[in-house]
Amino acid sequence: MTALKDARSGIVHFPELQRLNFSCQLGAKPGISQDLKDNYFTELQLRSFNSSGILYGVVAGMEALANAGIEPAGKDEEPLWDLGIIFGTGTSGVDKFREAIYKLDEGKVKRLGSSTVGQTMASGVSAFLGGLIGAGNRVTTNSSACATGTEAVIMGYEHIAAGRAKQMLCGSCSDDGPYVWGGFDAMKVTTWKHNQDPNNASRPMSASASGFVPGSGAGALLLESLESAQDRGADILAEVLGGSVNSGGQRKEGSMTAPNSVAVVRCIREAVRNAGIAAEAIDYINGHLTATIKDATEIQNWTEALERNGDEFPYINSLKSLVGHGLAASGSMELVATILQMKQGFIFPNTNCEDLHPEIANLIDASRIPQQLLKMEINIAAKASFGFGDVNACVIFRKNLL
Amino acid sequence: MTTEEIYARLVPLIAAYLPEDVLADEIRPEADLTAELNINSAHLVDVVLDVEDKFDIELSNSDMENLRTVQDAVDIVNSKITAVS
Repeated sequence: MTALKDARSGIVHFPELQRLNFSCQLGAKPGISQDLKDNYFTELQLRSFNSSGILYGVVAGMEALANAGIEPAGKDEEPLWDLGIIFGTGTSGVDKFREAIYKLDEGKVKRLGSSTVGQTMASGVSAFLGGLIGAGNRVTTNSSACATGTEAVIMGYEHIAAGRAKQMLCGSCSDDGPYVWGGFDAMKVTTWKHNQDPNNASRPMSASASGFVPGSGAGALLLESLESAQDRGADILAEVLGGSVNSGGQRKEGSMTAPNSVAVVRCIREAVRNAGIAAEAIDYINGHLTATIKDATEIQNWTEALERNGDEFPYINSLKSLVGHGLAASGSMELVATILQMKQGFIFPNTNCEDLHPEIANLIDASRIPQQLLKMEINIAAKASFGFGDVNACVIFRKNLL
Repeated sequence: MTTEEIYARLVPLIAAYLPEDVLADEIRPEADLTAELNINSAHLVDVVLDVEDKFDIELSNSDMENLRTVQDAVDIVNSKITAVS
């Protein structure tokens, strides 16, 4: 929380990336202590454990569950039939998979042991969480690139709204390291200009934005039906009002790597409509804003979708200036940041955009992109994430229950 | 290596795979690894890898098929190291 308020960067230089000839030698990953690992994994599990995304997902998921005051099912008890999990990822256990591939190529398939499948299957993270919690409702993993985390929350919300579960643990995670980040480095979508200057490297909305800094980690939210939460006297942080998920079909300017703006605008509008609010009611936007040339396009799409611009535009910020682009984990980590701001009534400062992109400055007033900590009540917040494959997700939260 | 020595080396190796509610002193020569000691059957392949590393031997698929009890493990190891030496 203080890191957020103080806008402390978690981006660092990785000598390993330099050795591997990466253009962008920067990245961000959470620090997980041995004690924390021992909380959730047995010594035996850790012996063969090499899947950072699952580790991050388990830590975030279990923390969300504990914060919600929910106890896992006892070992010999019934599973929690009304609690499900939707925990997404882009790809699971790439380091574990790399280990396996080396052994396989040496003809030593037997040496893979029993731990390879659980850590490399896409649903590894939801499976680990499901076992720890004893979840008895739907337990699955979604995957929609950088929209994964936001999509997971919308999917969990829809499942509860359909009356099929009372509680859904929703989130997403991403592995760290060269085997996840390499493909993006090769595409030249990461920045190569700040290797000696990690704090200033991730520059969302800046005129000098030159690509994103890859990140990793996980975020998780426990969603619950209002009735169930009130019955057990849960501390309700915010209410999901609605959301929308769509795709631009990779038509018009949409492609594998670029969004079709028509679909983005439609997704945001649909989320607002689904939430049953007026676009004017939105106080705050947590943007996707990765620090590429597409940031200005995103702002343009928000102004069009909400029909708000200049100083009528909501406040907006991007967590990516501090923790880079967490890829599949980005949406859920940014949702956690969104909820923390709503809970405590502040907007964390945007960093590294002192040279605001001129196209963005033409669309919205600079005051809407606070560069200092802003204490204010956020009642309604919008969060959107956009992913490769031209997929979009937008969700709307309200702090005060009616 | 005597069968007693093999057994003594196998015990800590097997103990690592015991579930929380099974104590290491429940390991006996005739104990069934999965049915009595409650070792997750998926973990048997890991036990075998550890045995291979410990004694520098290799177990075949048919060895694994015959592996039910701790004594089976002792016998398999014994036959392999005797064959080598």
